[in-house]
Amino acid sequence: MNLFLDALAWLTDPERVTGPNPLAERIGEHLWYTVLALVVSALIAVPLGYLIGHTGKGRQLAVLGSGAARALPSLGLLTIFTLIVGVGNAQVAAIAVFVILGVPSILAGAYAGVEAVDRSVVDAARAMGMTETQILFRVEAPLGLPLLLGGLRSAALQIIATAVLAAYVGLGGLGIYIQRGISLRTYDEMLGGAILIVLLALIVDALFAIAERVARRAIGSAPSRGRPRSERPEPLSTDRQSTLEEIR
Amino acid sequence: MSIRTVRKGRLATGAFAVGAVLALAACGSGDPLAPEDTGSESGDGGAATGPIVIGSQAYYSNEIIAEIYAQALEADGFEVERQFQIGQRDVYMAAMEDGSVQLIPEYSGNLLQFYDAETEARSTEDVAAALPDAVPDGLAVLDPADAQDADSYNVTAAFSEENGITSLADLADFDGTLTVGGNAELESRPYGPPGLSEFYGVDVEFVAIGDSGGPLTKDAIRDGTITMGDIYTADPDLATGDFVTLEDPESMILAQNVTPVVAADLAEAVTPTLDAVNALLTTEELIALNASSVNDQQDSATIATAWLTDNGLL
Repeated sequence: MNLFLDALAWLTDPERVTGPNPLAERIGEHLWYTVLALVVSALIAVPLGYLIGHTGKGRQLAVLGSGAARALPSLGLLTIFTLIVGVGNAQVAAIAVFVILGVPSILAGAYAGVEAVDRSVVDAARAMGMTETQILFRVEAPLGLPLLLGGLRSAALQIIATAVLAAYVGLGGLGIYIQRGISLRTYDEMLGGAILIVLLALIVDALFAIAERVARRAIGSAPSRGRPRSERPEPLSTDRQSTLEEIR
Repeated sequence: MSIRTVRKGRLATGAFAVGAVLALAACGSGDPLAPEDTGSESGDGGAATGPIVIGSQAYYSNEIIAEIYAQALEADGFEVERQFQIGQRDVYMAAMEDGSVQLIPEYSGNLLQFYDAETEARSTEDVAAALPDAVPDGLAVLDPADAQDADSYNVTAAFSEENGITSLADLADFDGTLTVGGNAELESRPYGPPGLSEFYGVDVEFVAIGDSGGPLTKDAIRDGTITMGDIYTADPDLATGDFVTLEDPESMILAQNVTPVVAADLAEAVTPTLDAVNALLTTEELIALNASSVNDQQDSATIATAWLTDNGLL
């Protein structure tokens, strides 16, 4: 039998609407966890990233912390958090795990975006008499927006992929089909669930790609394709650091 | 950035997408998860001469039983090789069928349903009687131990007392929502919500909690997230008094006696040793063995040696 066709047949079966575990509900849960975790991650990581990017301080700490956060095994973390807060509050535990996953990418995007702004532009803004707050919000933040969106984009993808774990602590989501599929050996169901997750990830990725392009157009820089993802923040060069210090 | 490059990029994306779809379709043309036909005959050849390869499930309690079998066989002069923690049933039974594993402790009911999903057998005796015909040629099942490790529905002691519920049959009179928690697959199992409805006329809500009756499931029962949870009967925590295991008068849940499955050509040789072990292995003993692992953090070899020594088999 063709497994791929079986999965498509499973996806289009009317049972997916009327039976237990309706698709719409599970997709809704999956998206809800993703959006919630992304928003919380952004609320934490964006201000912190701007602070680091603008002052140039704490960068090493952020890099080390992000690395450590990325290395944490999500399933183990989810189990421990859920046992701490209780299964009744499993959603809190799950969101905390996804936030830990999402923060590093957004943080990197935020500070890299600010750092990537041409120093002469910042110096010019300063020379015009802008306050530090004005420089951050009127110069650095808008110019760094494409990189920040790149960070949000990769965080969203990681969260969508990892939200599969929510099913482990009774929260549903698309992971349920994968868990059931493994145990019941219903591989059409497993593949069907996996395809949905991939589709969800591709759609969200496309939306962020469009947002990035719009942001780039808006700030007038050349729309260099494929740049945001390959461009990783370079270490702050020493002459930049000294410039910043001189200014201060 | 010229229009030409942009267009090239789009073309590349399109080409990639087409390629990906083709690749997926190619993958889909055969079932990659179907068991491979290795061509080797079941349990043939070297079995008689080489060491006996003993497997176990990726389940700590099963590994302890496998280790007990291994040490008992070693004490009787057999050469054994341990291949423990081999995933779940479809993986290790495939290994048993192709002869790369020759002995594994199994649970009778689940093994029977694996090969005969429609079976009507429920009791220890019926399941044991049905098993020999159900397993593939080349494999043999030995006599089951008394010890059982079955799924069971558990509520808090407080809930049981307040509502006078000690049996699944009592649930029909309970007004209020009943929520069942267990592994995601329980929702479709014959002893899951469909069985509760069929055998006891009880309709339940289902919450998937994926730790196989572990701490998350127990916590969920305690804090009321679920009314009752699926916990295996040999779980040491069931003896704490926090939970009441609901009786199953209609025998909805199959008996799950510990039963050795062995390559047919080895069956005769290992039967005396394994029968001697199984004769002593009761559910109480199994719970005690599991407690040594869960509560005292001992490894399976230590637990097995101590148990065999205590029972005069070493």
